[in-house]
Amino acid sequence: MYRYDEFDHDLVRDRVAEFSDQVARRLSGELTEDQFKPLRLMNGVYLQLHAYMLRIAVPYGTLSSRQMRKLAHLARNYDRDYGHFTTRQNLQFHWTKLAEVPKMLAELAEVEMHCIQTSGNCIRNVTADHFAGASADEIADPRAYAEILRQWSSLHPEFSLLPRKFKLAVIGAPKDRAAIQTHDIGLEVKRNAEGELGFAVWVGGGQGRTPMIAKKVRDFLPEPDLIAYMEAILRIYNQFGRRDNKFKARIKILVHEMGEAEIKAAIEKEFAAIDKTNMVLPRDAVERIEAYFAPPPFETRVNGTPAFDRARETDSEFSGFVERNVHPHKMPGYAIVSVSLKPIGGTPGDITSTQMDAVADIAEQFSFDELRVSHEQNLVLPHVKLEDLPAIYARLREAELATANLGLVSDIICCPGLDYCSLANARSIPVAQRLSERFADPARQRDIGELKIKISGCINACGHHHVGHIGILGVDRKGEEFYQITLGGSGDETCSIGEIVGKGFSSEGVIDAVETIVDTYLKLRETPQEDFLSAYRRVGEAPFQEALYAHAA
Amino acid sequence: MSAKSKNSDLPLVATANDLRTGAVVYRGVDGAWQRDISRAEIAERKDAAADLQERAETDLAVRVADLALIPIIRDGAFVRPAALREIIRATGPTIELPASQARP
Ligand code: HEM
Ligand code: SF4
Repeated sequence: MYRYDEFDHDLVRDRVAEFSDQVARRLSGELTEDQFKPLRLMNGVYLQLHAYMLRIAVPYGTLSSRQMRKLAHLARNYDRDYGHFTTRQNLQFHWTKLAEVPKMLAELAEVEMHCIQTSGNCIRNVTADHFAGASADEIADPRAYAEILRQWSSLHPEFSLLPRKFKLAVIGAPKDRAAIQTHDIGLEVKRNAEGELGFAVWVGGGQGRTPMIAKKVRDFLPEPDLIAYMEAILRIYNQFGRRDNKFKARIKILVHEMGEAEIKAAIEKEFAAIDKTNMVLPRDAVERIEAYFAPPPFETRVNGTPAFDRARETDSEFSGFVERNVHPHKMPGYAIVSVSLKPIGGTPGDITSTQMDAVADIAEQFSFDELRVSHEQNLVLPHVKLEDLPAIYARLREAELATANLGLVSDIICCPGLDYCSLANARSIPVAQRLSERFADPARQRDIGELKIKISGCINACGHHHVGHIGILGVDRKGEEFYQITLGGSGDETCSIGEIVGKGFSSEGVIDAVETIVDTYLKLRETPQEDFLSAYRRVGEAPFQEALYAHAA
Repeated sequence: MSAKSKNSDLPLVATANDLRTGAVVYRGVDGAWQRDISRAEIAERKDAAADLQERAETDLAVRVADLALIPIIRDGAFVRPAALREIIRATGPTIELPASQARP
């Protein structure tokens, strides 16, 4: 499994020491807030509405049980006994005291964790498919490449002061579970006709104020060229990216303004000019990193799964859980289990310290000590035996973590919004809670089928509303919370940006509006197999607008 | 005058986050920063607001961060912020926090 090498240990220790000193100097008044703010942001510390917030990186969403227990320990001893998993595979603590941050960082360093690159105009932590190394449809483990990119970009002198933040995502299967087309750079590991490894490269995606779908600039970049090509992209960005206007500084704007053909040509020209002698990514270097992610010692002989089969036949709740939350593994006899952090009426992504310890124990016993964090604010047990599933399910139930709603209407992505966030215009969590309560009935949820609702409390789009099948954006209308609905967005390999359906709704009205949209879909779908997104793409906005607004006209 | 407030928004109080803990605090008549908005100094007029802002700014060195003057609504002894954002800052998240549910 992934581990840091020596270089990183020293680096993280130095950073903790440096930041402890900076905190002390701020508290003594030696540093002003203007001087200190960029320093604390570089270390993942934000000032929110009620307290400081600490954002902890979970590289490629991969966590060991020991690391999860450390997070539980921090939640209990420094925060209010819970944490919040975000759409960037980070964990946030919302009640952090500045004076305690140095101690927290030192504790995190003990388990090889840190908060570097969670903020600021730098290359943010690289994200990867949360099913990496496990999924049946995988070509190669994307985390090795994510790690190579992380090592390359970590505090890269030329790029530590990019015009704006920079986000990378890597997937290793044709199914996009990491929303790569909404990242500054997205990579899809693939093989060419000759069977060689390489990448499809996407550039210029993003959400926020100006949502953009990335453009594919290379269909196949051979593996050895990865670093040189990334350098070429970043050099073009550094050279042409706009520093004059914060809102226009992202690479997505550059790609949009230059156009697909021109940006492609500029990158290729830069790439051709780069001296590649020191930039080739040799196979043995990839293999050295791949060793960090070596598969766990799977059992190769499977003699049937009697306990699993029996539980599936006799326990309908268990079989419902298997149907929604269990995905096929590349190894026979194994499975991937998703642990929903979306209980009915709960806060999406929140988890208590007791629950953190419980999943850590389950992972240690049943999943080779390994956990994943998904960008949909859920957890994953990546490598469990099918035969162990009944036992795992029982343990998850005990911990109140067995909600069988993955990908269903109550599996809502939601940012902290005005309950915590200093940038928010409206609350998002209460909307998510009321929606999940409205659709609480499991049979109704299963009938509705796959439906992704995503909610943000302001245009920064942390809740990914642009790519929600139903997206909800909170705005401030003359001091009142107001919610704009978009339809038809998608963050997978068929990426699309949702379209605004019409005028917004009050916080009471938005729940009814979503129900009207869902009921309209149920009436117009051709078969129960036609999911919401497919139906929307077939019929467009009109029937939904009709249902929402006709009576008001 | 704070960029975050307008003349028409009077009366105003000074709020910030405690530098060490991040907790929401209000500046009292005695100059102390504390959690209770009902004990905050209230600026009724424009010149009083400018004066409050000036005194509060001296506390940015070591006491507080993110200073703002915010409009309030007053009803006798009862004081509350005018804007929803500030009400949430004053009273906390409007949702139940998860740990309190999970604890026996
Ligand atoms: C509560 C404190 C937070 C603050 C102050 C904050 C701030 C911001 C800002 C300013 C942006 C816009 C960046 C831009 O347009 O360049 C942004 C974007 C984003 N944030 Fe946050 N955020 C917070 C929490 C979160 C949380 C909880 C999540 C995950 C649930 C998250 C994930 C994201 C994502 C995915 C984007 C969009 C990135 C893109 O433009 O492609 N953030 N955030
Ligand atoms: S979308 Fe806006 S409200 Fe939500 S967390 Fe991001 S910055 Fe805050």
